[in-house]
Amino acid sequence: MSEPPQPPPVGPPEAPIAIAAGDGRGEPATPTGAEPGRARSLWSDAWHDLRRNPVFVISALLICFLVLISIWPSLIATESPLRCQLSRSLEGASAGHWFGFDTQGCDVYTRTVYGARASIAVGVCATLGVALVGTVIGGLAGFFGGFWDALLSRVTDMFFGIPLILGAIVFLSMIKLSGIWPVVLVIAALSWPQIARIARGAVITAKQNDYVQAARALGASHARILLRHILPNAIAPVIVMATIMLGTFIALEATLSYLGVGLRPPTVSWGVDISAASTGMQFRNAPHILLYPAAALSLTVLAFIMLGDAVRDALDPKLR
Amino acid sequence: MGRYVVRRLLQMIPVFIGATFLIFVMVYALGDPVAALFGDRAPDPATARQLRAEFNLDKPVWQQYLLYMGNIFTGDFGTAFNGEPVTDLMGRAFPISFRLMLTALVIELVLGILLGVITGLRRGRAFDTSILMATLVVIAIPTFVLGTTAQFLFGVQLGWINPAVSPEGRFSELLLPGIILALVSLAYVTRLTRTSVAENTRADYIRTAVAKGLPRRRVTVRHLLRNSLIPVVTYLGADIGTLMAGAIVTERIFNIQGVGFQLYQGILRQNSPTVVGFVVVLVLIFLLANLLVDLLYAVLDPRIRYV
Repeated sequence: MSEPPQPPPVGPPEAPIAIAAGDGRGEPATPTGAEPGRARSLWSDAWHDLRRNPVFVISALLICFLVLISIWPSLIATESPLRCQLSRSLEGASAGHWFGFDTQGCDVYTRTVYGARASIAVGVCATLGVALVGTVIGGLAGFFGGFWDALLSRVTDMFFGIPLILGAIVFLSMIKLSGIWPVVLVIAALSWPQIARIARGAVITAKQNDYVQAARALGASHARILLRHILPNAIAPVIVMATIMLGTFIALEATLSYLGVGLRPPTVSWGVDISAASTGMQFRNAPHILLYPAAALSLTVLAFIMLGDAVRDALDPKLR
Repeated sequence: MGRYVVRRLLQMIPVFIGATFLIFVMVYALGDPVAALFGDRAPDPATARQLRAEFNLDKPVWQQYLLYMGNIFTGDFGTAFNGEPVTDLMGRAFPISFRLMLTALVIELVLGILLGVITGLRRGRAFDTSILMATLVVIAIPTFVLGTTAQFLFGVQLGWINPAVSPEGRFSELLLPGIILALVSLAYVTRLTRTSVAENTRADYIRTAVAKGLPRRRVTVRHLLRNSLIPVVTYLGADIGTLMAGAIVTERIFNIQGVGFQLYQGILRQNSPTVVGFVVVLVLIFLLANLLVDLLYAVLDPRIRYV
């Protein structure tokens, strides 16, 4: 439970049984966990801890629910988010319209439900992009070292030197496109250095392990060593960081929309609705138009941050 | 130490060139400065061609970049659309933003470290739990929501402050915007200090300090705090960037005419010299601040020696 900027601890060198990530039954001869006779990898150990962590269970359930309604919003909202009656502008809560109406007379509940899709899509796609680019570049820099490390690290620093919101505003206002994809692209293009730095550190730690030397001695190719031996042992800190970043990307989409360069109407997103409510203090006589989308956004961000924290605690061997 | 600083400064050169080139390409290759100069109307082709030649816009991008950087190093940042030199805009904007950031930094460091030490020493108590909850809430709610709500509450409803900051941007006016800007970083500083203090209270040197009979205050301040601040200093490097970006949002909410405001106006109007000029200076500040943070380590932790 703490700070995103601090890179999470790197995979434990004392747990080489985690080579076959995911299935804990790799090497039956090394019982490390509480259940005797059955080997547990870093991952099955973490899963064992996580299932008993209420913070993890609650945030995971919340995230599952959010993903479900972003795929299938009509499950809990029957109306269309774009069907608005101007005559009901800023009306308060009533039966059938629990969250009231916004300035345009749209049902706030329906818009909040439908807004999940754009926000979650931006968060998930940007995180996937960041994790992919960051892991590849950081991993290659850490694995090959020397010239490639120097070159890739300087490129990483270049992108790191541009503050995120600053670069995003410049880019998005210059390309004059709006929609989900430009926002995803710009977030991914400017935030991968953080992941790259963590992945590089994790790979450097992992490649000094004996089993990597053994694989090399057996004549394994670079690709095989990287993918089969190093990656499963170096990916944990990347996953933790990526989970926490996912939450902040969702908040970032809202901020960019507020600044007028992110998503724009008629796209339905929490960011669009919050910025519509905050601009010119439209919420002054009708706090509900700000409250519900902002609460949904904050709850989502919170869920991802807590999930990341819980996963970090479970993967951190120092705390065991 | 000296050699380390020189090496870091040399490493900064390609990073500075790369980062500014990226911004330059975004503004000059993706946008069209001449079209932006004419606003919504399409420029007369002959005039446009003449302007392009005058501002070197007909040359390849890398050549434009070199010419631009050459001008910058002789102190010529170009002129904004209203004919005012960009350096004049900077001279007005930077002091205001500096005051805003200073306010935010002081708040987040003093309050964050104080809260972090108290919660770290009393883990699991009611105070600790409530502060932890509060930091999570602050991190989860976007700054612009907190900002507009605070502006509405304190500026409009209660009337304690003026909702908009005057063009001079005095310290007294910047207090609330400074708090809003500091909040997210404050939450991170608190959590970092708390974790670090909680870890270090179990350290051997703390037991030694207590065992040799030092007063409690001295153990906390001289032994515990100094060692616990190292992760906070690491965070400060990244935090400078967060504050710069956050200032764009905060300055927009409270109408503070600082760097973020000028930059935002420049971007909206596609005023290329303003945008690139401000960003170049900001990137430089960001890189130098990170170097400063790395040097601060050595002050806090005598085990770290740079050679």
